[in-house]
Amino acid sequence: MEKISFDQLQEELYHEKLENGLEVYILPKKGFNKTYATFTTKYGSIDNHFVPAGKKELVKVPDGIAHFLEHKLFEKEDGDVFQQFSRQGASANAFTSFTRTAYLFSSTSDVEKNLETLIDFVQYPYFSEKTVEKEKGIIGQEIDMYDDNPDWRLYFGAIQNLFENHPVKIDIAGTKESIAEITKDMLYECYHTFYHPSNMLLFIVGPVQVEEIMKQIKENQAKKTFPTQVEIERKFESEKEDVSEKKLVLPMNVHSSKCLVSIKATDTEKQGEEMLKQELTTNVLLELLFGRSSENYDKLYSSGLIDESFSFDYTQEKGFGFAMIGGDTNNPDQLATEIKRMLEEEKSSSKITVESLERTKKKKIGAFLRAVNSPEYIANQFTRYAFNDMNLFDVVPVLEAIKIEDIHNVADNLISENRMAICQVVPKS
Amino acid sequence: MAVVSETIKEMSGIKLHMVKTDKFKTNTIIFKMKAPLQKENVTKRALLPNVLQSNSKKFPTTGQLRGYLDELYGATFYIDLGKKGEYHTISFAMEVANERFLSDPTPLLKTAIDFLVEVLTNPNVADGEFHNETLEKEKRSLKQRIQSIYDDKMKYSNNRLIEEMCKEEPYSLHVHGKESEVDSISGKDLYAYYKKALAEDELSLYIIGDIEEQEVEQMVNDKFTFSSRASQAVEKKQPVQIEEKVIKEEQDVKQGKLNIGYRTNVAYGDPDYFALQVFNGVYGGFSHSKLFINVREKASLAYYAASRVESHKGLLMVMSGIDSSNFEKAVSIIKEQMQAMKNGDFSDDDLIQTKAVIRNQLLETLDTARGIVEILYHNVVAGQQIQLDEWLQRIETVTKEEVVKVANKIQLDTIYFLTGKGATK
Repeated sequence: MEKISFDQLQEELYHEKLENGLEVYILPKKGFNKTYATFTTKYGSIDNHFVPAGKKELVKVPDGIAHFLEHKLFEKEDGDVFQQFSRQGASANAFTSFTRTAYLFSSTSDVEKNLETLIDFVQYPYFSEKTVEKEKGIIGQEIDMYDDNPDWRLYFGAIQNLFENHPVKIDIAGTKESIAEITKDMLYECYHTFYHPSNMLLFIVGPVQVEEIMKQIKENQAKKTFPTQVEIERKFESEKEDVSEKKLVLPMNVHSSKCLVSIKATDTEKQGEEMLKQELTTNVLLELLFGRSSENYDKLYSSGLIDESFSFDYTQEKGFGFAMIGGDTNNPDQLATEIKRMLEEEKSSSKITVESLERTKKKKIGAFLRAVNSPEYIANQFTRYAFNDMNLFDVVPVLEAIKIEDIHNVADNLISENRMAICQVVPKS
Repeated sequence: MAVVSETIKEMSGIKLHMVKTDKFKTNTIIFKMKAPLQKENVTKRALLPNVLQSNSKKFPTTGQLRGYLDELYGATFYIDLGKKGEYHTISFAMEVANERFLSDPTPLLKTAIDFLVEVLTNPNVADGEFHNETLEKEKRSLKQRIQSIYDDKMKYSNNRLIEEMCKEEPYSLHVHGKESEVDSISGKDLYAYYKKALAEDELSLYIIGDIEEQEVEQMVNDKFTFSSRASQAVEKKQPVQIEEKVIKEEQDVKQGKLNIGYRTNVAYGDPDYFALQVFNGVYGGFSHSKLFINVREKASLAYYAASRVESHKGLLMVMSGIDSSNFEKAVSIIKEQMQAMKNGDFSDDDLIQTKAVIRNQLLETLDTARGIVEILYHNVVAGQQIQLDEWLQRIETVTKEEVVKVANKIQLDTIYFLTGKGATK
């Protein structure tokens, strides 16, 4: 077991890669009541075109299957795993993102039992035709719920504008039609391809005894046998640089309009420290341009174009990335024009000073300290970083090293008219 | 050892609550103002904190104010409005890094307290009026916020239920006030209300983190000077006769939203309160509860089906998103499950399981500074002094008979259904 210390943060992290390939991390947190554990596979909504374990040909699976599998893994022959967790005083949950599926629990007692339950339920799949059919009704309602949610529709519309082929444009839950095609055999096929321990990471954070927990996990894994894992072969169609659609307007049953400007990122093949630097620098750039202390924010807010729902965000994973800027507005066209103008202005005549950069870096460092109060943040983000060969605890030193030239470079690469699109939600007339 | 050790100091016009803990890398400061919910001033109360947080005499623009916070290692500063029983609450919250974890040793807690005092007591006012441009900006933003509630159908239908159910009670007022009243508030009106609120509201200041209590007490004593005030207790209002009402509203939505309101006739501080918490856990609070199992897992009608308790008003709210055609089916399952609770149709295991989950949930909440304040503030609202250890203890000793007894106090009041177009038959 390897021990990694972060002196400034006063944290210690323990790591071991088990024989079957499973990566295990433990971060003891004194003074906290709860222990939080996540068991995550590097498998999300974008992994829909791959060579199944033990086969040679590529297959394409229905939209929404990773999320469907996440739901179904909780159900076993003898009932529902939620029940077992709550009998042990824990609350359990799971989520599916573009690139990951995570199963988790948090509890303030019986941590060993709950950990055993977590690892075992994820590693013993049980799917039947009957329960698969029943789940279609439940997920159908989840899909309807999101369909009525204007912020979700706006966000996904903004992504769909950017990508022509990349599966990130597919809604994570799929559609009622696509999930209708899902069968128990397809679930097993996806499961056996992506839930091998060598494609997974277990993270435990809380007031735990490190050696005992590690021993427990090793014993649990030693009892199980897994086939020898071969490299998973995923297929992604090539994606052009330009956006797929410049503009999408969604009339909905709402009173306020909404507008997002999205930008398709370049250089998204990077991993490791290079990726971390690009991601953090882009975040700092957006904060400088549109943060609440920026001139742009003040201008947009004072002119009544935005309210406090205005926000911005940058997402980057291997193979795709995008920035989003916008929020509620009474004039979606004018807001789009203004945001684009502000972006272009940054590129042609940057107003960013060393002073404002230093201030923004301080803000980001403070935000990181705040975030590491949260066991959820640490476990989820650490896992995401690790899947991209980055280290969460490098955030502060990498932020500190950002120079004004780095900001200019990122702005030069990111801001380009052919990679920008607009998505709006407007009241149905 | 106590799960949370809270030190309370009575000062002039304000109570200081300190929780010393070394588990966080930040310090949290939350200032709360509480007053009875009243039609005449609820919109002003919604506007006031928005105007105060946007600038001050020392920081005359939002850019300057926010820039200063960025300098303090991105101190967060935000406001929040709440409704606790028949009270309206305004919170100003700050979170600031503990300098122990930074290479720069500037004392951030003291600076943050100074900042909060500046914003609260030195507003951008001239000639007895708030700065007009700021006021207009925040009025626009408030109207937008009120309007956008319509767009979030989950929130909207919950609000509509409360509006219908508590029609004759102050509780029906919305925390953000009324859109139609925003325009008529002048800078003068708002300044007069600001003076009144600071003089009359019940004020509480929470400071959570790795702090030196004596030092903090001294700091607060020096900086926060308010006049003393009388307490403002409100009478609990509730209709004498409760009759079941069904309200259906049609909109262009894919998913119907079903919200059901019950009167619990039990409030925080009542002897039955802990039994009510256990009741809610067995009935609908968790993913092992009757509603989740029967509406979602067995009948496959919904993605979410849950209940929650409003502790001070004495309400139990059930919510579920269903296909519009399944209204009757869902309502009948929810009612059947309520009847099962009243009949004592649940096992000792259900009880044990629920208590373990409630205990876990409470302890988890105490792992965040905001959660600590949220829980401790119940005592302020209800004028009680229940320690958290007592809370945990009393949950543990709740019996099946007590849960059945509390179940039989619960009365169905209003069923609200937001339904898709053409679905009502």
